[in-house]
Amino acid sequence: MTSLPLTTTKKLGLVIDLDTCVGCQACATSCKEWNAQGDSGPLTDTDPYGADASGPWFNRIHGYEVKEQGRDDSRIVNFPRSCLHCEEPACVTVCPTGASYKRAEDGIVLVNPETCIGCKLCSWACPYGAREYDYTQGVMKKCTLCVDRIYNTNLEPEDQVPACVKACPTGARHFGDLGDESSAVSQLVKKRGGYDLLPELEYKPTNKYLPPRARRETKQTHIEALPKSNGSPMEKLFLWADKLLNKGNASVASGEDNSGKLEG
Amino acid sequence: MNPAYSVILFTTASGAGYGLLAWLGAVGAAHGRASTIAFALTSVLIALALITIGLLSSTLHLGRPERAWKAFSQWRSSWLSREGIAAIVTYPFAIAFAACWSGVIDAPNLITPLGYATAVMCVITVFCTAQIYASLKTIRAWNQKLVPAIYMIFAAASGAVLLSAISTFFQRFATPQYIIAATFIGLAFIAKIYYWNTIDNAPRTHTMGAATGLGDGVRQWEVPHTSTNFIMKEMGYVVARRHAKTLRMGCAALLALSFILMAGCIYAPVVSYLALPVILLAAWVERWLFFAEAEHVVGLFYGKQSA
Repeated sequence: MTSLPLTTTKKLGLVIDLDTCVGCQACATSCKEWNAQGDSGPLTDTDPYGADASGPWFNRIHGYEVKEQGRDDSRIVNFPRSCLHCEEPACVTVCPTGASYKRAEDGIVLVNPETCIGCKLCSWACPYGAREYDYTQGVMKKCTLCVDRIYNTNLEPEDQVPACVKACPTGARHFGDLGDESSAVSQLVKKRGGYDLLPELEYKPTNKYLPPRARRETKQTHIEALPKSNGSPMEKLFLWADKLLNKGNASVASGEDNSGKLEG
Repeated sequence: MNPAYSVILFTTASGAGYGLLAWLGAVGAAHGRASTIAFALTSVLIALALITIGLLSSTLHLGRPERAWKAFSQWRSSWLSREGIAAIVTYPFAIAFAACWSGVIDAPNLITPLGYATAVMCVITVFCTAQIYASLKTIRAWNQKLVPAIYMIFAAASGAVLLSAISTFFQRFATPQYIIAATFIGLAFIAKIYYWNTIDNAPRTHTMGAATGLGDGVRQWEVPHTSTNFIMKEMGYVVARRHAKTLRMGCAALLALSFILMAGCIYAPVVSYLALPVILLAAWVERWLFFAEAEHVVGLFYGKQSA
C-alpha cells in the first residue's frame, strides 16, 4: 500500500560525516557489489567494460569545492548521496501499483520488483536522485538500507550493518535508529549539528549529514629558502650534473603540476 | 525533464479525445438525440480512438507494460492510479451515452444524465492526468496551480476544433461551435503566456548551497559517475531550453493561427479542416515544452546552482 504508515516503530537510517569522508568510493562499490547479488540483484550495467558503461547505483559520491567567505583558498567536500528513507516520501505516495512502500516497523523505503511497472514516476518525485531505473529489468531500483544484511542472522553481528557502513575505512558512515534519542547516531547528530538535505520540501529525510568541521587555523609555515650557492667547484659540478639529468625529463624541470586537474 | 514521445502523445491525444467526448456529452445533454446515427457514432468513435491511442501510448513508457493493470490499485494516494481508474470508468459512460444519443438504444430520457456524466468523467480524467505532474514538489514548473487548468483548456480547445471539423464533414454547421472553439484557443493562448511568464519570474528558492548544506560558495568539482546515468538522462534534458524561446513563439503563433482559422469558420466552415492540424501541432509543441523546459531539483546535486 502506498499510503504511508502514520508512525514507524524505528527510524533506521544513516548519518554521514562530511568531515571525515575521503571520497574513496569504497561505500559505493561495496553497495554495488552486495546489491548486485542480493535481493536487488542483478544490478546490471550496460556496456560494463566499454567506454559508455552505465547502470543503476544506489550510492553516488559527489565532490564539491567549497569556497568559504573571507578565504582565498577552498576545500573539497566529498558528498555521498543515497536514499534518505524519508518520513514523508512522495516517491511512495505517487506509486500507482503499491510496489513502493515504507515499512511501518523500521521506516525503510523499498520497491517490490515483482509489482513495479517501471513508470519512473517515483524517480521524478524524489528530490535527491536516489532512485535509479534498471533498464534491463524494466523496474525501479533503490537503496534498501541493506535490509537483507541488517536482519540477517546468518552474518556475524558486526556484519549486520549496511554494506556501505561496513566498507567505510574512515568511519564516516554511521547506521542506527534515528527515532531513538538515546541511540549513538542520534547523539552524534546532536553533538555535531547534523542536518537534513532540502528540509524545505518537507520530505523529512531520516538520514542526516554532519557538516565539515571548521578549519583549524594553522600557523603559516615558513619554508627555509635553499642555501645560496657558494660557487665552489664541487657545487658547480653538481649543478652541471643536475641540469644534464633533467634534460630528459622536461616536465619535472618545468615544475608542471597535474595534481589539481579537474576530471569529468 | 526528458520529453518522452509516448507521454506527449498520451497527454495530447487523450486530451483531444476527452475534450471531444466532453463536448459531445454536453451537446447531447443540451440538444437531445443526435441529428444522424452516423454523426453520433463517428464522433464518439473518434473520441474513444484518440483516448485509447493515448492510453496505449502511455503504457509504452512503462518498463513492464504487461503489469499496467496493477496501476488501478493505489487511488488513495497516487494521481497516476486515479487517472487510470477515471480513464477506465469513462468508457462505459461514453458507450452508454453514444448508444442513447445516436438512437441505437431508444432511451431519450437517459441522454441528458449520461451526457453530463460522460462530460464530467472526461473533466475528472484530464484533471487527474494534470495532477500527476502538478503534484510533484520537485519540479517547480509543474508544481503550479495553473497546470491543471492548462491541461483542461488545451483538451477543451483541441476537442472543440475536432468537433467543428466533424460537424463540418457531416454538414451540421453551427456557428456557436466555432465560437466556443475559438474562445478556448484564445484562453489557451492567454493561459500559456501567463504560465511562461510565471515560471520565468518565479523565484528560484532552492540553491546548491542550501541543498548540500555547504553554503553559497559551493560548486561541483567531481561528478559521481563515469558516464551518463539514469538521473541525468531522465531529469537533465537541456536541448529544449536552448530553443525554448523560438518554440514558445512557434506555439503561440500556431495558437493564434488556429484562433483566426476558427473565427474564419463562421464564414467558411471548411476552414475547420485546416484548423485541426494547427491546433494539434500547437498542443504537441506546448506539451513537449512542458516536459523539456521543466527543471528537476535534483540538478542541484549535479552542478546546477539554483532550481
